[in-house]
Amino acid sequence: MQLELSPADAEFRNRMRELFTTVVPQEIRDTVLEGRHLTRDQIVESQRALNAEGLAVPHWPVEWGGQDWTDLQRHLWHEEMQRAGVPTPLAFNASMIGPVLAHFGTQEQKERFLPATANLDIWWSQGFSEPDAGSDLAGLRTSAVRDGDDWVVNGQKTWTTLGQHGDWIFTLVRTDTEVKKQAGISMLLVDMSSPGVEVRPIELIDGGHEVNEVWFSDVRVPGDLIVGEPGAGWTIAKFLLGNERVGVAPVGATKRALATLKTTAAAQLEDPLVRARVAELENELLALELTALRVVAHSSDGEPHPASSVLKLRGTELQQAVSELALDLAGPASLAARADDDSPQEGWARRAAPTYLNLRKASIYGGSNEIQRQIISRTILGL
Amino acid sequence: MDFTYDDEQQALREAVRGLLASAYADHETRRRTAASADGFDRGLWGRLAEMGILGLPFSEDDGGVGAGPVEIGIVCQELGRVLAPEPYLAGVVHAGGLVAAVGSPEQKADLLGRLSAGEVVLAAADTSPGGRWSARADGVRASADGGSWTLDGVADPVVGGGAADVLVVTAALPGGDGAGTGVFLVDASAAAVTAYAAADLTRAASVRFDGSAATPLGEPARDLSASIATISDLTRIMGANQALGVMQSQVRATTDYLKSRKQFGVTLNTFQALTFRAADMYVELQLAHSMVDWATMTIAGGDPAVVADAADRVGLQVSRAGRHIGQEAIQLHGGIGMTAEYAVGVGTAHLEVLDQWLGNGPHHLRRLAERVDDHGLVEAL
Repeated sequence: MQLELSPADAEFRNRMRELFTTVVPQEIRDTVLEGRHLTRDQIVESQRALNAEGLAVPHWPVEWGGQDWTDLQRHLWHEEMQRAGVPTPLAFNASMIGPVLAHFGTQEQKERFLPATANLDIWWSQGFSEPDAGSDLAGLRTSAVRDGDDWVVNGQKTWTTLGQHGDWIFTLVRTDTEVKKQAGISMLLVDMSSPGVEVRPIELIDGGHEVNEVWFSDVRVPGDLIVGEPGAGWTIAKFLLGNERVGVAPVGATKRALATLKTTAAAQLEDPLVRARVAELENELLALELTALRVVAHSSDGEPHPASSVLKLRGTELQQAVSELALDLAGPASLAARADDDSPQEGWARRAAPTYLNLRKASIYGGSNEIQRQIISRTILGL
Repeated sequence: MDFTYDDEQQALREAVRGLLASAYADHETRRRTAASADGFDRGLWGRLAEMGILGLPFSEDDGGVGAGPVEIGIVCQELGRVLAPEPYLAGVVHAGGLVAAVGSPEQKADLLGRLSAGEVVLAAADTSPGGRWSARADGVRASADGGSWTLDGVADPVVGGGAADVLVVTAALPGGDGAGTGVFLVDASAAAVTAYAAADLTRAASVRFDGSAATPLGEPARDLSASIATISDLTRIMGANQALGVMQSQVRATTDYLKSRKQFGVTLNTFQALTFRAADMYVELQLAHSMVDWATMTIAGGDPAVVADAADRVGLQVSRAGRHIGQEAIQLHGGIGMTAEYAVGVGTAHLEVLDQWLGNGPHHLRRLAERVDDHGLVEAL
């Protein structure tokens, strides 16, 4: 056992720290550090800047822009990025469809999509969930029927995050109703400007427009835009969701949010109860960070470690707990959540309630925390 | 950055685990041994000495093995796993640690050599009745008459005190409040020792000094509270290792029980309300495990401030985890968890003894809360 990073890893970390504070514009990082909303243009600008330095998709295969880093180096990359307030590369591109296409796609699909995906020239959306198929994804009903060379898609997707910005959507559709539920699912890539695709906003409790419904009415999709074989969608989805869980415990971002809160609400640190809550959260976050490092040290070939469910579960709980503390510290000022910009209340306090409400999602998405408990009890404990 | 054991550490773990598994193959043996006058198995203690386990923390010059904190942590984890009542933490890590920290070269060579060989049993007397965790002695006072020293007062609880040959006592130095705290050796026969059982059936004692002859450890009349505090911190971290072993056993026993115990015609693991609670126990166990490994590794750096911080952090985490896991282990076992014949309930008692003896959750939280504005982020590395 050895606590310190090796000299090579320490140098790697310093290089990341240096790069992240210079490559991405300060204005964008300030937006993240202050918890304000990023615009589409800011997200795109940031990812392109990272991609130019080889920092956007390091976990991809090297021939498609990946870096041959160790799991620990990837962890350090991720933590330093969050620490510097650099927006994480768009998950739909970098963590979801990119690795899927690199693994399951045809050579033609790789060449057409991967460089554009890494550089965020294409903004991908995820079309998995449906009104009756959330955690029970196998129950999805959106259909794709063969017509000549094309697939004709009909149905409805929901919770499509940032779908209003999407150029393309990777979607799970039912291509065979005669076989077992899981075996009849395929993955299609759909150009969202195709006739028959309609995106409708869903307003959430924080007042923001983050998710959407996506409707498909007789949408024609060329046959070469299926990923893998017809019926392989379930296998591909499991691969994708496995990747999704890896980075889902945002320890670095939550630590930073708590440290920022100590500064913005410094006067309230005189209250012993506040100090105790901060100290408890700092300790829990340290334990989580160390657990992430233990998982990193034990994961092999990029396969998710079973204990990554621990990271998702506790990581989101702590993310929510820090937002709860911020809300309590904001107090009555938090009522000004939707006041105009000339409000006399401080920005962090006005953002406290929407952030708290918005983060309720964290224990639901990416495999709800109940699903994570089920994974732990079944897969790890054998119950 | 590496959280894995090397081959030698793995071999040490297997050797200690093998020895303890044969000694405490069933919980009834542990129960009988803990209830004996000594409260532990002298035969097993001798075998631990032969394996070099008792001398692990001490330098080879002093008759020890000169191993590092990771190795000592491994031993403590294995002792916790079977709830071994042997006074390793109290007699070797804590009392032996005080001798190693402040003793003269001659004292160290003599006492630590015999401790390592299993020829002498030590106990640390550093707590006053009703007192809490402090490096400052206020239950025992030292007096000097020429070159000879005597102690007066009461220390309680003295963990492992009933079976100790030599007591390592912290005492207020003559000269009033500013004089500080010294450390003294007292032959157990020179004090009135009343042994009793703690809640987990391990043995502690009340020790009364009444003009008891004492030998200053190291330089006489020097305030040693900084060293005393550091040894307490080290012991706290090793206590967390021991608690980790207990918690691992409890999670395993609870998982096994849920898979085998039938109610309403089916095994308990068919009830999701129960398996989710087991999953939460596992989460607590993993987080505590990470913190224990980290805190243990901080010791090697040798900075007392870093070790003190780590002791508070691991103390809080393990206190919370131990309470959660211990309480849930009993609840998920049902009535059998309440019985003294079964290891799970006694394990929960042992977790509480470890916690209250060395610094409980609120104590560590208070100390951490005092320091929250000393830093921005808490850094793991």
